[in-house]
Amino acid sequence: MKIETGRGRAYKIASVIILVILAFLFTFPLYWIVTGAFKNGADINATKPIWVPSEWVMNNFDKLMKQRSVPLWEVYLPFGSFFNGGKKMLLTAGPEAPAAIRWLINAVLMCVLAMLFTCLTAAMAGYALAKKRFNGRAILFSLIVCAMALPKQVILIPLLKEMSALRLYDSLWAVIFPTVGWPFGVFLMKQFSESIPGEILEATRIDGASELKTFTTVVMPMIKPGIGALAIFTFINCWNDYFMQLVMLASGSNFTIPLGIATLQAETSVDNGLLMAGATLAAAPIIIVFLIFQKYFTQGITMGAVKG
Amino acid sequence: MAKQSHPTMSRALQRRENISGYLFLLPSLVFFIGFVVIPMLICIITSLTDANMHDQGMFGSFVGLSNFTKLMSDGTFLEALKNTFIIVIVSVPTVCAFSLWVSSAIYKLSGPVLSAFRCIFYLPVVTGSVAVTVVWKWMYDNYTGIFNHVLKGVGLIDQNINWLGDSKYALWCIILILFTTSVGQPIVLYVSALGNVDQTLIEAAEVDGANSFQVFWQVKWAQMMPTTLYILVITTINSFQCFALIQLLTKGGAGTNTVMYHIYWTAFKLTEQAGHFGYANAMGVVLAIFIGLLSALQFKLAKEK
Repeated sequence: MKIETGRGRAYKIASVIILVILAFLFTFPLYWIVTGAFKNGADINATKPIWVPSEWVMNNFDKLMKQRSVPLWEVYLPFGSFFNGGKKMLLTAGPEAPAAIRWLINAVLMCVLAMLFTCLTAAMAGYALAKKRFNGRAILFSLIVCAMALPKQVILIPLLKEMSALRLYDSLWAVIFPTVGWPFGVFLMKQFSESIPGEILEATRIDGASELKTFTTVVMPMIKPGIGALAIFTFINCWNDYFMQLVMLASGSNFTIPLGIATLQAETSVDNGLLMAGATLAAAPIIIVFLIFQKYFTQGITMGAVKG
Repeated sequence: MAKQSHPTMSRALQRRENISGYLFLLPSLVFFIGFVVIPMLICIITSLTDANMHDQGMFGSFVGLSNFTKLMSDGTFLEALKNTFIIVIVSVPTVCAFSLWVSSAIYKLSGPVLSAFRCIFYLPVVTGSVAVTVVWKWMYDNYTGIFNHVLKGVGLIDQNINWLGDSKYALWCIILILFTTSVGQPIVLYVSALGNVDQTLIEAAEVDGANSFQVFWQVKWAQMMPTTLYILVITTINSFQCFALIQLLTKGGAGTNTVMYHIYWTAFKLTEQAGHFGYANAMGVVLAIFIGLLSALQFKLAKEK
């Protein structure tokens, strides 16, 4: 062990102080959202900021719930309009409810579906790329890596035209499908699948297990941490992909909560209390998901970067 | 990688591997080709046409490279390009340096404290892009924002500043928000890279009389090069694509127009000739080329190191 010099010690103390200040600054926006949501009108519009609400009120949430009302849910058959003379095929619709609740449901539904599809397809593809010796594997893998380096948003405008040709425009599927197609998941799952010992796969094959059975009973459990990591990434990225939601979703009942809040911001004359209530609703699910999957999270981020 | 395939594998076995391999890939490929590769091709092809957003057909008529030549004399686009480059040039090195410093300050802390710090710096990402932007807009507000209040309180400014409306400050305000939402992932990456540095090399360097500064640059920094490269590439791509902040905060006003926002505006909001699909896609292609060139350059520099 080295002997601590005076200068080293001073540096250490200074860096701890700076870190604590930084931690405070990075937490502050979230603090400001949550306290803002419960402040009364006078506190919100005070020119001298009110650091702690003088009273905690639910006004802002009440206002948010009164914005407009739409059916609580509407489920359409994907591609249904091709069989229904151009009109969307409604499978089921719920009772009237505040739009904000619907937006919350839409966003969660969208991200969960994107997450499930991505995890399943990427786990299968990643396993194949890592363990199957099929022809064209190397080319396919480099294509996937190249696509990852491309700017995702550049393809959004062409994607919009494609989606309206497929009559998926203004539905959650228009956001879900491109999210599932993004190759990062395949890349990540390939990294995780590399670590499966070939002998185990060989042994299951000799035991006479089918390919599908091998995948579900042997491969899936072994890459579970990878799937957990991919699930959290997909959820966060899908939730935060504001541009895609903005381009693909048009009618108020199909909005997601982030898109809805952004629209409220543009429509209403500045009502920060209302916006903070919306922002609280928009932040809550993603923070909850983050906390649930947190243990997979670090491993996933780092696996994605190794051999990047 | 292809060399790994067994030379002894029989043809029947190879066929079986092909079939099962592609069957496993199929679901993923459908989405990848359908919603990534095809739009990419549409983007490239229509950039050579005068296609319009409101036309029924996908492709207008072929106009060669005229969209690209028009771009070179389009003042608004060039300004957007300049702003985008300012964002990239400022944010990429600062994000990289900041996250490196934070990581080296926290990676030796005990488990729970380390996790807490990592979570805190990742918080702006987890709060969600729209929620974060909305609250920053309020904080920057001319009258009720805390920035004016705090800065006046400590005596740095004596009059309220219209942060997002003044072209002297607006772009920097946006870079600051972008910065706070960009450092989370690099910090996680650097912390784990620092934890993986080969201890024997550090000890060997110390025995040879290297001071902690030399140990850092010549042992740790060298070993973390792949991580740094990855961070540079993802931060560059993200900074180039800065869109939500612009759309929600300034709508491209006050000298904050970026290429991505200009693409959106051209495709949807252009008043005359509404919906210039081909022209917008030409901008997209230019942006993709810049990102590709910069990524390639970063790879090359990292390899030489």
